Amino acid sequence: MSDILLSLSGVHTHIGSYHILHGVDLSVRRGKVTMLLGRNGAGKTTTLRTIMGLWRASAGAIALDGRAITDAATPDIARMGVAYVPETMGIFSQLTVRENMTLATANGRFDETRLEETFGFFPVLKTKWNDRAGLLSGGQKQMLAIARAIIERRRLLVVDEPTKGLAPAIIDHLIEAMNRLKQAQTTILLVEQNFHMARSVGDDVAVMDDGVIVHRGAMADLAADEALQQRLLGLNLASHQ
Amino acid sequence: MKFLRGRFENVDWPACAVLPVFMLAALPFMNVPTWLTLTIAGAAMGMMLFLMASGLSLIFGLMDVITFAHGAFISLGAYLAVEVARALPGLIADPSWSAALLVLAAALALAIVVTGAVGWLFEAVIIRRVYGSHLRQILITVGGLIVAQELIIVFWGANPIPLQKPAAMRGSIVIAGAAIEVYRLVAVALGLVICIALQFVLARTRLGLVVRAGVENIEMVEALGFRVRRLFVGVFVAGTALAGVGGVMWGFYQGLVTPAIGPEMMILVFIILIIGGMGSIGGSLVAAILVGLMTNYSGFLAPKLALGSNILLMVAVLLWRPRGLFPLVKS
Repeated sequence: MSDILLSLSGVHTHIGSYHILHGVDLSVRRGKVTMLLGRNGAGKTTTLRTIMGLWRASAGAIALDGRAITDAATPDIARMGVAYVPETMGIFSQLTVRENMTLATANGRFDETRLEETFGFFPVLKTKWNDRAGLLSGGQKQMLAIARAIIERRRLLVVDEPTKGLAPAIIDHLIEAMNRLKQAQTTILLVEQNFHMARSVGDDVAVMDDGVIVHRGAMADLAADEALQQRLLGLNLASHQ
Repeated sequence: MKFLRGRFENVDWPACAVLPVFMLAALPFMNVPTWLTLTIAGAAMGMMLFLMASGLSLIFGLMDVITFAHGAFISLGAYLAVEVARALPGLIADPSWSAALLVLAAALALAIVVTGAVGWLFEAVIIRRVYGSHLRQILITVGGLIVAQELIIVFWGANPIPLQKPAAMRGSIVIAGAAIEVYRLVAVALGLVICIALQFVLARTRLGLVVRAGVENIEMVEALGFRVRRLFVGVFVAGTALAGVGGVMWGFYQGLVTPAIGPEMMILVFIILIIGGMGSIGGSLVAAILVGLMTNYSGFLAPKLALGSNILLMVAVLLWRPRGLFPLVKS
């Protein structure tokens, strides 16, 4: 079995007349957390949406576990075990928490053990089980979005900026949850602007700029190299402690 | 108590109060038997309008498709009722309830099958090409409506065709001094059955859950592994079949079927969709009954205003709630 679960080779994506991705090469190792970092507009979200088939790759190849998914439809990619948490969270606000979670199950029924594990990550969801999801706070919605992604055993979690707009305490809770998922050998591709989060959970890192990957390596190496961070991300780490 | 609070804390009480307040507001202007007669007549008309509008509401809510061709499916339903009546003249004249129900069931079943099948073809040939573009949807479905009307004339001719109700459903009964047409009661009963069935499917089944989620965010439904395209086809077929059911009931009610019987209803159907909140099934039910009541009350109190009364009603609702009484939430 290959070490690489997801690979993108020379992926280009056009949205209308705009050429967004200019040949993205990216590998996601099995059982590891790969961070995808970059400035706003670098193409991170487009990369995730292209992986999910929500936007078509105009050139290049995407493979999941060695199987080509470049032209696969979104539902088929999801059925192959890829869970997606979009930047907008994708919560169905008119449905209850339970209904949101039910939609993510394969046959409408919960595996009780898995459900209790998920409540272990996010206990607040148990108390809000029959509440309308639209009434949850921003942090609770993000927890629901991630809980929905992990309620079934998945091969890959694709998560887009889960900390966006959240309070520091909630971010710490999410970091803890991500680390527990990591300990359970879950493979995660995580787009993040919050460097504290990236440094806390990432094993590998890829940095994007202008629609291409400009840096690949270990997250620990990037976290240790402030000059590299400054060059790649324009970051002053002191402001992200 | 906590359970009840959870159930009702999200209810939009002002919007829910519109219907009873509207009914009671008409009471001081007439005596009780007249009010009862008009109210039940209005509710029955509303139920038939709901049957026609609910399909379009479902199609718009999930698929974001505006189809003017819906009127053609209503017409087709009415003409299929004509065919059933022609095929079963003995049962139409039979005064027993079993014969009447058999005729109605046959007409409804034929309408569901045929309008559903034509709807499936219409989605595959026409609608599928114009997803995401309202302007193109309007243009192509208006064209489809014209073609369908001409095809109806080819098959059934341009002249009005009489359509008798089954014998047991003719005449009136008197309740509390109010004369109520039997057929209207049948329409109310059928409308309620279909409304409850729709609500059951939407609220209690996995398919309904996917449809409700799809109304909010189709992309996310796809990302959860559901093939929305198939769902679209199913919803379009169900929507056109409901239009066919509405056409059958409206055809029997009118007693005369013309090629324009469906298109003529489209103004009221769109008024219902706008008042109820585009795409909301519950909103369509409330709005359809409101429109039915307004038609009957204004016809009695101010006949000269009757034609424009529903437009005035729509304007009043939109001034208060610009997105209708029960607007859908879309991501």
